[in-house]
Amino acid sequence: MVDAAEKTTGTGKYTDDLSLPGMLIGKILHSPYPHARIKSIDTSRAEKLDGVITVVVGHDAPKTYGILPVGHDEYPLALDKVRYVGDNVACVVATNEATAEKALELIDVDYEVLPAYFDPEESMKAGTDLIHDHKTHNLEKDYHHAFGDPDKGFAEADEIAEARFIANEVTHAAMEPHSTLASFEIDPHTGKPGRLTVWSSTQVPYYLQHKLSLVLDMPMQQIRVIKPLVGGGFGGKSEVIPLEIIAAVAARKAQAPVKITYTREEVFWAHRGRPRTIVDLKTGVTKDGRITAVKARVVQDGGAYCSYGVVTILYSGALLGALYDIPNIQYDGYRVLTNKPACGAMRGHGTVNVRFAFESQLDELAARIGMDPAEIRQRNLLQPPCITVNGLRVQSYGLPECIEKTVERSGWKDRKGKLPKGRGLGIACSHYVSGAANSIIRSDMPHSTVNIKIDRDGGVVVYTGASEIGQGSDTMTAQITAETLGCSLSRVRVIAADTDLTPIDIGSYSSRVTFMAGNATLRAAQEVKKLIAAAAAKKMVCEADDLIFRNDTVERKNGHKVSEVHVVTAAPGSLPRAESRGQAEQSSAATVSGHVEGQILRGSLQQKRKEEGPKDRMSFEEAVVAAIDFHGALTGTGSYAPPPEARGGKHKGAGVGPSPAYSYSAQVAEVSVDEETGEVTVHKVWAAHDCGRALNPVSVEGQIIGSVWMGMGQALTEEMVWKDGMLMNPGLLEYRSPSAVESPSIDPIIVESIDPEGPFGAKECSEGSLAATIPAISNAIYDAVGVRLHESPFTPERVLAAIRAKKNAKAMNLTEGVDPTAPQRFREHGGSLWFKGKGPERHPLDPSRKELPAGGAD
Amino acid sequence: MRKELISLRINGRTHELAIEPSAVLLDVLRQQLQFTGSKRGCDDSSCGACTVLIDGVAMMSCTLLAASCEGQDITTIEGVSEHGSLAAIQKAYGDWGGAQCGYCTPGFIMTVKSLLAENPDPTEEDIRNALSSNLCRCTGYNQMYEAIRSAIAAERKGASVAE
Repeated sequence: MVDAAEKTTGTGKYTDDLSLPGMLIGKILHSPYPHARIKSIDTSRAEKLDGVITVVVGHDAPKTYGILPVGHDEYPLALDKVRYVGDNVACVVATNEATAEKALELIDVDYEVLPAYFDPEESMKAGTDLIHDHKTHNLEKDYHHAFGDPDKGFAEADEIAEARFIANEVTHAAMEPHSTLASFEIDPHTGKPGRLTVWSSTQVPYYLQHKLSLVLDMPMQQIRVIKPLVGGGFGGKSEVIPLEIIAAVAARKAQAPVKITYTREEVFWAHRGRPRTIVDLKTGVTKDGRITAVKARVVQDGGAYCSYGVVTILYSGALLGALYDIPNIQYDGYRVLTNKPACGAMRGHGTVNVRFAFESQLDELAARIGMDPAEIRQRNLLQPPCITVNGLRVQSYGLPECIEKTVERSGWKDRKGKLPKGRGLGIACSHYVSGAANSIIRSDMPHSTVNIKIDRDGGVVVYTGASEIGQGSDTMTAQITAETLGCSLSRVRVIAADTDLTPIDIGSYSSRVTFMAGNATLRAAQEVKKLIAAAAAKKMVCEADDLIFRNDTVERKNGHKVSEVHVVTAAPGSLPRAESRGQAEQSSAATVSGHVEGQILRGSLQQKRKEEGPKDRMSFEEAVVAAIDFHGALTGTGSYAPPPEARGGKHKGAGVGPSPAYSYSAQVAEVSVDEETGEVTVHKVWAAHDCGRALNPVSVEGQIIGSVWMGMGQALTEEMVWKDGMLMNPGLLEYRSPSAVESPSIDPIIVESIDPEGPFGAKECSEGSLAATIPAISNAIYDAVGVRLHESPFTPERVLAAIRAKKNAKAMNLTEGVDPTAPQRFREHGGSLWFKGKGPERHPLDPSRKELPAGGAD
Repeated sequence: MRKELISLRINGRTHELAIEPSAVLLDVLRQQLQFTGSKRGCDDSSCGACTVLIDGVAMMSCTLLAASCEGQDITTIEGVSEHGSLAAIQKAYGDWGGAQCGYCTPGFIMTVKSLLAENPDPTEEDIRNALSSNLCRCTGYNQMYEAIRSAIAAERKGASVAE
């Protein structure tokens, strides 16, 4: 990886590592109430504290913003109302962190507490005290789709399964907390504050630039956003997070650079993770395993603001298509507002929780008709190229091979049903988009543009807007460039994600970077290669098509023996390339520094004197010099916009789901279940992922492993636990992000379907595998102990309750009467914990303040 | 709080610093010495991203008062590379995918150094247990094990990184 040394030496800079002269620290005051009107804010006591420079409140930036054009419902600091515990009320700017923290306690806020809503199915019935006045019944958005003829489909089914699934709330918990540094310059012409520079831990520098311009009322070209190293995002940084705007507003008021870094607790409150979801799913199959119809009613607990909500609720329905061939789909989706931190996009987005429900239910139906669960999936494959019933275009489709390989590697056929008691195997599949074919802000502009500059020093500089967040974007950019130009990787320098320098790229989300920014990079490299080839052809007196770019040289095809070797520097762990490196021709190829034939800084005319006539080969530098001499500047630009055929249908909400290509995943999980304690141990997961082509196998395997691991976290241990709108576990250990001892061995299997439109055939590899892990584990639990879990995470309490229920044992009061095999509603406290008496005071008229037992009417 | 003068020996060099008595080592490293390699990932000493070596033992610098480290040998990630080149474990982490976003990497490398100093031939279980003090959200840890095995093998061969 091109940035590995920065990371392993600690020299790379993340946003909180940066500092500027005169920099001040910002600390945010958060709301202690889930729903309240702000009657007044008095910051005078705070401002008097020694070391406090200023305090910023809502009125300092009274403009709304949001990541979706339809969802501009957030103020950087609350203006009239707070809508969740953790909402942003004021920001103290001080000379150091300790002083700022002290000052927070000196801000006097007079709140009028309002009734709050926590259960989405209750919230949907609300008539008064709405969270947002213009959203009746606290319904952010609802969709109702019917494709094909669902009723007819169910009538044709021999077996129908119907169940409620609940997936509890999880969050990204990236290791690097959000951080933003904002600084204004003084404009030399006006003498007044002018351009703003913002460094931020973001996946979307251009959206940040846009939202800053909206809230600060500044032209975008006066705002520069620079993305330093980012310590993980997973979607948690794929929208503009309040501190990013607050820092700029604070810098403006304080007239000095301001840095704000969230504490870990604040990261949990900022959230924007995966919503708690209720999936009421009904599936019908024939007795030979063909799916005839699917009906899904999905309710997402979206939290207090829109965020990506409209997209999330659409993904839940849209990606029921494009994995298997399902002819009839009915989808009713409800995105509901509640008084909790807003949910946004998290790895796999809205597809994950529905995939858990569907793959579990398919497993159940397979059992009913006596069919092997791997086989039932193989009976329902798509026949691409095709367009699904909901308008999604599928071209490369590696799912059959994924299923085959994972079945083979796990020894499924020999071992399923023959493992010792308490041990089982489960299979599941999932998929994801390689970027959304329709961008968030609809326009015809390209989704990515890349510029390449090659100068007389022979260095190749790639300017890309694509954001490296640890997923390997910079390395992918360098590799595609080096591969196209046949030059060594060390010659390529990637400059990325600086809105002053790099052309626009809409961001690192929806796994679009390799496919879209990669294609733009490829086109830019091909354009500049054409210029070099034309010049080299002239010098070598041949056609441009006769030239091969390899090993830092440009050579004529029929001049002498040409090696078929790839020159891209490969890591020792990547198998196919390691052997071929040894076959590299002995060449007198110029290195980047020194030993250059023809003295690169001299004009090509001067170089010519040294030659005897047209050559068969020249070094990369010579070719570059020739090109510059003949053409002037040597630059190339490439753009990518998804083709119209990939953009999907015309129905309401059709914009979400279509992608130029989908990745596919099939996984087998092997688990043990302790019947005394309910503890589930995952021994191994075999995960086959179709990534089109693995441009960097080590990196691709890392992404597959990472997404399976994160899926396992959601399946077994991760859960945000709420009580009266208060998050009870805002810490990494309490949230139960797995450590090394809890993490299984994962066997990643790369499948390459060579997509016709991906760069070198590549598709995404970072999100598609997460969703399958959850049902693979629940299906394995069924294989192990015969219980079906319909609520994630499959904590020991839930598993044990299910085992005991199956045995008709007296229910132990572990989960307050909850039946994990048929969960009915959310339990506020999370189903396994009960915090009596904690949490903020509720309004006397609060509808959720009923004197019910903890488990409610389960 | 009035500052006091202390002397800290970090990566082989002595630094004289004026610090508040309540300052933790992590903040002193990051803010006063610009050794930003050690990271803050949590508020409650649960993530290990701040791990440094104190007299060779891996400890979380967010739990240590800077003043209490006087007289001890502190090693941070900035002191790991050898003669201007990557140490075997650093090179291996890069080659084998042990680092994705890189934020947890300095902490892990310090923990691994501490492990290998104490136990030069650890079993897989030894490695998992040692690594359990550091959290990662990107890698799922698997490729770290490969990196560590590769680094052990490289050190054994006495392979110099500057090939």
